[in-house]
Amino acid sequence: MFSRKSLLLTVMAFVMAASLLLGGSPEIMAEDVTTITVAAFPDQDSGFEAILDDFHEKHPHIRVELEVADFDDHHQTLLTRIAAGSNVPDVANVEIAFVGDFVNRGGFENLTAEPYNAGRFEEDIIGYKWAQGTNDDTGNLIAMPLDISPGTMFYRRDRLDELGVDIDDLNTMEDWIEVGEEFVAEGDDRWLFADAASVYEMIRRSGDHQFFDDDGEPIITSDKFVRAFEMAKEVRDRGLDGQIGEWSNEWFSTFEEGTALVHTSGAWLGGHIQNWMAPETAGKWGVTNLPDDMYINWGGSFVAIPEDAENKEEAWEFIKYVTTNVEPQIKQFEAANIFPSLLDAFDDDIFEVSSDFYGGQNVRELWLDAARQIPEVNTNRYDNIAEDIVGDALTEVLEEDKDIMQALEDAEELLRRRMR
Amino acid sequence: MKYDKNSGITDRLRLNKKVAPYVFISPFFILFLIFGLFPILYSFFLSFNSWDGIGQMSFVGLDNYAYILTDDWFWDSVRSTIIIFVLTTIPQHLFALTLAFILNSTFVKFKDFFRTSYFLPYITSAVAIAIIFDVLLGHRSGLINAFLIWANQLPPVEFLFQTFNFDLPARWLGEPRLIRFSIAGLLTWRFTGWNMLIYFAGLQTIPKSLYEAARVDGASIRQVFTKITLPLLKPVIFFGVTMSIIGNLQLFEEPFVLVGADGGTGRAGMTTAMYLFRTGFHWRQFGEGSAMAYVLCIFIIILSLVNKKLFSGGGLNELRQ
Repeated sequence: MFSRKSLLLTVMAFVMAASLLLGGSPEIMAEDVTTITVAAFPDQDSGFEAILDDFHEKHPHIRVELEVADFDDHHQTLLTRIAAGSNVPDVANVEIAFVGDFVNRGGFENLTAEPYNAGRFEEDIIGYKWAQGTNDDTGNLIAMPLDISPGTMFYRRDRLDELGVDIDDLNTMEDWIEVGEEFVAEGDDRWLFADAASVYEMIRRSGDHQFFDDDGEPIITSDKFVRAFEMAKEVRDRGLDGQIGEWSNEWFSTFEEGTALVHTSGAWLGGHIQNWMAPETAGKWGVTNLPDDMYINWGGSFVAIPEDAENKEEAWEFIKYVTTNVEPQIKQFEAANIFPSLLDAFDDDIFEVSSDFYGGQNVRELWLDAARQIPEVNTNRYDNIAEDIVGDALTEVLEEDKDIMQALEDAEELLRRRMR
Repeated sequence: MKYDKNSGITDRLRLNKKVAPYVFISPFFILFLIFGLFPILYSFFLSFNSWDGIGQMSFVGLDNYAYILTDDWFWDSVRSTIIIFVLTTIPQHLFALTLAFILNSTFVKFKDFFRTSYFLPYITSAVAIAIIFDVLLGHRSGLINAFLIWANQLPPVEFLFQTFNFDLPARWLGEPRLIRFSIAGLLTWRFTGWNMLIYFAGLQTIPKSLYEAARVDGASIRQVFTKITLPLLKPVIFFGVTMSIIGNLQLFEEPFVLVGADGGTGRAGMTTAMYLFRTGFHWRQFGEGSAMAYVLCIFIIILSLVNKKLFSGGGLNELRQ
C-alpha cells in the first residue's frame, strides 16, 4: 500500500525524470533562470525588442526585462539609482550626450578588467566609438559601444524635382542656401530648414573635437563655432527657416507636408519619419551627405554595467551578445535604424538593399560610407553643460541679434564658471 | 468565566489606550519623515557640499551660495519667475474676486454649475493642459493666431497691432517676450477657479445683515463691494495671495510642459525651480542646486512677510471689537 506521501513523492520523481528526458525546457527549470533588467530609452528599446527572442533562445538561463523611460527621464533616474546604490538596472543604456559624464565619474564597472576582458573586442569596433566609452584618466573601457549614427541630410526628393535641381550639384552650404532661396520664393510656408539652429547643430558636431580639446579646455570660441553661428544666422536672416522648434507638432507637420526642404540629423531620424512621423510620405524622401564634406557622428549609444548591479555576469552576456555579434547588430539596425558599431556588421548584405521609402535609393550604403569617414571625436564630462550654454548663446544671436564673437566669449566665461 | 474565546484574541490585539492614537497617526509621520523631513534636511546638508551624485562629497562651506548669487542664469531665472508671478497673480485674484462676488449675489442661478466649471481647470492633468495649449498657442497652426489674423482685417485692430509692433503670426512659445505671457495665461486659466472658491467661502462668512443694512442705507453695488466686501475679505485675500506666492515662486510643472526643460527661447520660461532642477539632475551639481532651493525658500519667506504687512489685519474679528 502506498501512503499518500510516498505517492506524491513518486509522482514528483516521475515528473522530474520526464523533464530531464525531454531536455528540460526553461519553464520547468525556473530556478536556474536569472532575470536581468535592461534600462533603455526610445527608440533603442525597439532595437532590443527585436533581438530578445533570439537572445533568450541562445541563453535560456537568462531572462531580459526591458525598462523604458523617455530620453531625459531615463538618464536622470539612472543617475539617481546609481547614486543611491539600489534598484540599479543590470544593463544601462547611455546616450552619447551623457556618455562623457557617466564614463568619467565612476559608478560603473571597468569592462577592460576581469572577468569581462572587453579589450579583446577593441579591434572589432569602430575606433572613435571605443575612445568615447573610455575613461580619460585611466583608459579603462566603461561603456561598451552599441551603435553609432552617421550625420546625414533627409531631403524632399519631390520638391527638388519640382525645382529642377540635381542633388549631385548640391555640395556646399552655399549651394543649399541658393536652392533654399529658390524654394522659399515659390510660396508661403516654404523653408529650407525647419529651424536655423539645426545648421549650428550640424556644424558644431564636425571636426575631431566637440566642445573641448584633449586637455579639457573649452574651444567654443574657435573657428568651427564662429562658422556654425554665422551659417545659422545667415539662414535665419535670409528667411530660410520656419523658426519651428524640433519635436513640436508643427515640426512633425513639416515632414508630412514637405514644407521644409531638408532635415539634418543622424540616420536614426529616418526610422522616426518612416515609422510614425510621416509614413504616408514614402517614396518622397532622399538622403545625401552633409555639405562641405562634413562627416559627423550624430547620436548613438552605449551599454554599461553599474557597480551595484546584481547580475553582472549575465549582464555582460547580454552586452556581449548585442554588441559583438553581427546578427543582433543588423537586427537592431533593421528595427529602428540603430546603426551598427561593430565593423564586421558593415559587410552585411543589408547594405546592398535599396529602400522604397527613399524612392529606391540605397541609403544604407551611403550611411555606411559616411560612417567610415567619421573622425575620432572626444567626449568630456562637461559636454551636456556646454551643449546648454552654447545653445543658449545661439538663441541670443538669432533672436536678439547679439554679436557672434561676444556671445561665444560670454558663453565660454559661463562655461568655465560651471566647470567646478 | 464570562469571556469567550474570541474576545480573548481581540483583547490581546487591543492596544493600550495611551499608545493607540500614536499608532493610528503614525503612517503620516513615517511618510513625512521619509519624503518630507529627510529631503529637506539632506538638501540643506548638500548645499554646503560639492557632489556630482556618484563620487565623493566634499565640504565647501558657503561656496555654493557664493557661486549661485553671482550666477547670471540664476538671477535671470529669478527675474523670469517674478515676472510670471506678477503677470498671473494679479489677474488671477482680480478675476477670482469678481467672479466670487457675482456668484455670491442673489441674482445668479445655477451657482453649483458655475462653481464646478470654474474649478475644473484646477483638477485637469498637466499633460492634457499642455496638449490643449499647444493647439491654442501654435505658431502657424494655432487657434489664437488664426483668430488674431482674422481680427487683423479690422482697421482698428490692425492699427493697434502696428502701434505695438506686434507681428502676426505671433510665436507664443518661441519669442522670449511672449513666452512669459503664455505661461502666465495658462496659470491664470488654471488657478482662477481655485482662488474663486477660497473667496467664495470667505464671502459666505460675511453676515447677510451687513448687506441688508447697506441696502437700507441706499448703497450701490459698487459701494457694497468696496466698503463692505473688500475690507471684510482682507484676511482671505491675505491667505489667497500667500498661497499664490508660495505656488508661483516654486513654479515648475506648467512651464516645463509648455516650453520644455531648457525653458524655451532665451530661457524666458526657465523658472528658478526649473533651473535648480536642471543644475542638480541634468548637470549633476547637486550642491549648487540645493543651495538654490534654500535661496528660493528665503525669497518666498521675504515676499510672504511683505504680503503680511500689506494685508494683515481687518476682517470680521476686528469689526466685532
